[in-house]
This record gives sequence, C-alpha cells and structure tokens, in this order.
Amino acid sequence: MIDWEPLILTFRLALITTLLLLIISIPLAYWLAYSKTRIKPVIETLVSMPLVLPPTVLGFYLLIAFSPSNTLGSWLDEWLGLRLIFSFEGLVLASILYSLPFMVHPIQAGFAHLSPSLREAAYVLGKSNFTTLFRVLLPNIKASLLTGIVLAFAHTIGEFGVVLMIGGNMPGRTKVASIAIYDEVEALNYGAANTYSLILFAITFVILLMVYLVNGGYIKKLF
Amino acid sequence: MIELSIRKKLNAASGEMLLKLDWQIEQGKLVTLYGKSGAGKTSTLRILAGLMQPDEGRIVIDGLSWLDTNKGINLRPQKRKVGFVFQDYALFPNMTVRDNLLFALEQGQDQKIVEELIEIVELGALQNRKPMTLSGGQKQRVALARALVQKPRLLMLDEPLSALDLDMRLKLQQYILQVHREYGLTTILISHDIAEILKMSDEVLVLDQGRIIRHGLATEVLIPELERRTLQFIGEIVELEKLENAFILSAGVGQQLLKIKISETEGQDLSIGDKIVFESETFNTFIRKLS
Repeated sequence: MIDWEPLILTFRLALITTLLLLIISIPLAYWLAYSKTRIKPVIETLVSMPLVLPPTVLGFYLLIAFSPSNTLGSWLDEWLGLRLIFSFEGLVLASILYSLPFMVHPIQAGFAHLSPSLREAAYVLGKSNFTTLFRVLLPNIKASLLTGIVLAFAHTIGEFGVVLMIGGNMPGRTKVASIAIYDEVEALNYGAANTYSLILFAITFVILLMVYLVNGGYIKKLF
Repeated sequence: MIELSIRKKLNAASGEMLLKLDWQIEQGKLVTLYGKSGAGKTSTLRILAGLMQPDEGRIVIDGLSWLDTNKGINLRPQKRKVGFVFQDYALFPNMTVRDNLLFALEQGQDQKIVEELIEIVELGALQNRKPMTLSGGQKQRVALARALVQKPRLLMLDEPLSALDLDMRLKLQQYILQVHREYGLTTILISHDIAEILKMSDEVLVLDQGRIIRHGLATEVLIPELERRTLQFIGEIVELEKLENAFILSAGVGQQLLKIKISETEGQDLSIGDKIVFESETFNTFIRKLS
C-alpha cells in the first residue's frame, strides 16, 4: 500500500493556494482589466512570467530570498516567525506566485469581455464600484471564475520544480505527490510511482472534464 | 434648466475632432440629437452622464454644478442621478427583469415605483424572465423602466429605437412620450429617423463634426424653408428605376410603399436611401430631397 500523506498534502496545498489566489486575483484582474496606467504592461508581464519561466528559476530565487541568512528571510523569521524555506507556508507562497497567471488571466478576460455598458449602467444607477463588482460583474463571469479556480488548482497539483527547490522533500511537510513519484522512481519502486501517477492523472482529468462540461452547458442540458 | 458648455478632443474615424458644445435645455423639453455617426452625439450624452470627461467646460443643472473644470468640480456618474438608456440596453444578464428594476432602487427607496413602472411599460408577464430571453423591444422597455426607477429629472436615450421594427418603434415612442410627460422629465434622445423626430421632439439639435450646426423646432430645422402645402409625407427612397426621360421612384412612407413617376430632372440627384418629402399642391405632386 502506498503512503497517502503526499496526496493529502498535495490537495491541501492546492486548496489553500486556490483559495488565497482567488482572493488576490479578483482585485488584481479587475485592476488589470480596467486600469489605464502606463505601468500596466509591466505588471501584466510579471503576472505572466510563471507561464514561461522554468519553475526552478522561480524556486531558486525564492530559496535565496527566504533563506534565513539573508535580510528578508531573517526579518520574516524574527518578526513574523515565518520560515518560508523547507516549510508548508513557503510552498503555499511559491504556489501562489507560480499559479498566479492561471487564475488572473481567465478572470481578467472575463471582465474584458463584459460589455462596458454594464458597469456604466450600474454607476449611472448610483452603485459604488464595490456593489457593481459583486452584484453585476462577478455574477456575470462565473464561467471565467470557475475556469480560473480549476486551472489554478490543477496547476498547483502538478507543480514540481518550484516545490523541490524551496520545499525540498520533507515527509508530511513538503513532500507532495509529484515529488513522491520522483522519489519512488529513484528508489526503483515503479509500482508505487505508478499508483501515485494514476491517481493524479484520474483526478486532474475529472476536474478538467467538469469544467468543460459546466462551461459548455452540458450539465444544464442534463437537468 | 441645463446649461452645457464643453470642449473635448475626440478620436473619430476621420481623425481628431473637437466636440464643442454651448447649449441650454429648458426643463421638461424633449430634445433630439440628430446627425451622422461620429458627429459626437453619443459622446455628448456620455459627458452629461459623467461617463466621459471633457477637456474643459461646465455643466450646470438647475443652478447646481455637475462639472466645472475651472473650479475642479466633477460629479461622479453615481451622484448625478440621471436616467440613461444604453444603445445595447445594458440589462444585467444575471438578474430577472424585476431584479434589474429592484437593483436600481436607491437605498431605502419605496419599492412601489417598481410596480408602477412594470405596469406602465406592461412588463408584468415578463418580470421573472432573464433579459437573454427577451426580444429587442421588450429589452428596451426594461431598460427604459430601469432608467426611471430613481425618478431622475433628466432622461437620456442613446438611439433607443434604431434596432426595432416599425410596429415596436411606434409603441415605444408612445411609452417614451408617456413617461416623459407623466414624470415631468427633461429628455434627450438620439435618433436618425426624421419621422420619429418630428413626432416626438420639441427641439432638435443637428450635430456635425462635433459642432451644433442647426438648432430649433423640429419642423423648422429638418424641413428648411418649409412652405405649407396641402399634403406632405416624409419618406425614404428604396428603389429608383430609370426609364426613358423619367424615373419610377419607390419610397417607404410609414408602413407603406409609395410609387410615383417623376421627371428626369427631378430624379437626377436622388439616390437610394435619400430622405425626401412628398408634397402635393392641388393637382401636382413634388419631390424634394431633404439634406
């Protein structure tokens, strides 16, 4: 029998990361969709960087930045008691950065595709930006929100390089499923590696399938 | 009384254009903006609503400044309390017809107005439907009702009727006139339809390249040097058939098609799509092109 801990850890990481990403990405995507400032392209580039950057690069710099022998790392350790390398908190932070574009892009595209007159109509009716966002904009981009949530979740499940760099391979704390697979293969336990892999494959397949079914309107047709 | 004096550089299809308006509207009037697309009509409405910022100028409504670039005053759209009907209706797709109207209520406002408006524009049977399932005319009625929930004093409609067929148009013209009178509104609307303008407006403003080129009573502005004939119809040419020494002209007038034979000289500078007046004097019928 395989050790279930890496799988549980993976889904805990993905869940927490996705939740935090949603909270961060809605205002960020809103700003990117509607702001006209000149620094916008720079922010857009930074958000998109994890799409093309090797995960090990991101992991490497995070490792350097958060190392307790550096200013930022020691400050975090002293003042907030946060040790971000080789810890679960560090994995969450790295995952947020790494999966950011997968959450921000769909939401930003959702905002951009809404007719500008919806927002303007709400303003003319005296509604604040906040009310407009929660009562008009977000309810009309549910499909984009779902896409963002699922992509960020699935992408976090699949990460390897960042996790290995900043988290290492500590059972129960940073040893997620993708690392466990690597570990088992190294130890020539192909059976266990296969079990982990199959479970990950099946779960991500089902998750993505759900998105396409829901966003394609197939679920509605069934009921 | 609305006083408007604004300057705004716009990027039109033909390049940069200066929108330059100095204009006053009396309380309770129904005014139509008329002009080619790109003349600045929609921008004018958006500036009044606060959705677009002019480069300089002032807007004063009943002595209250909405905008004064010299004094740094610029009221947000939320504070201006205008009714605005968007060209694409801008109904909230996630809400039912009724919820669209309820959403428009001010905090603490009596819900009675919603029932009243649903009755006026006859939406009772549709109130629990989502906007996506409605026809163009129905959406337009919802948009009109929603714009009136907060009882604005100024109602603006951006080409409210252009996408509708003639039957629906006539009906909606009635609704607009009805609410205009019942609620004592000052109404500004954009229209391209001369018959509609003549029927509805107290005043018309012709815009061209961002300037007001004519302004006044609809009949005076749109049919210049009007001579009183016994009979007059306004129509639009749909077909022009050339014969030897003559033309057969077909024109849509209201819901009907009129066919008439005209001389070669009369037909020379006419083409399909031109607006014309049929005028009849005792036994003669004349055709004149409207500019």
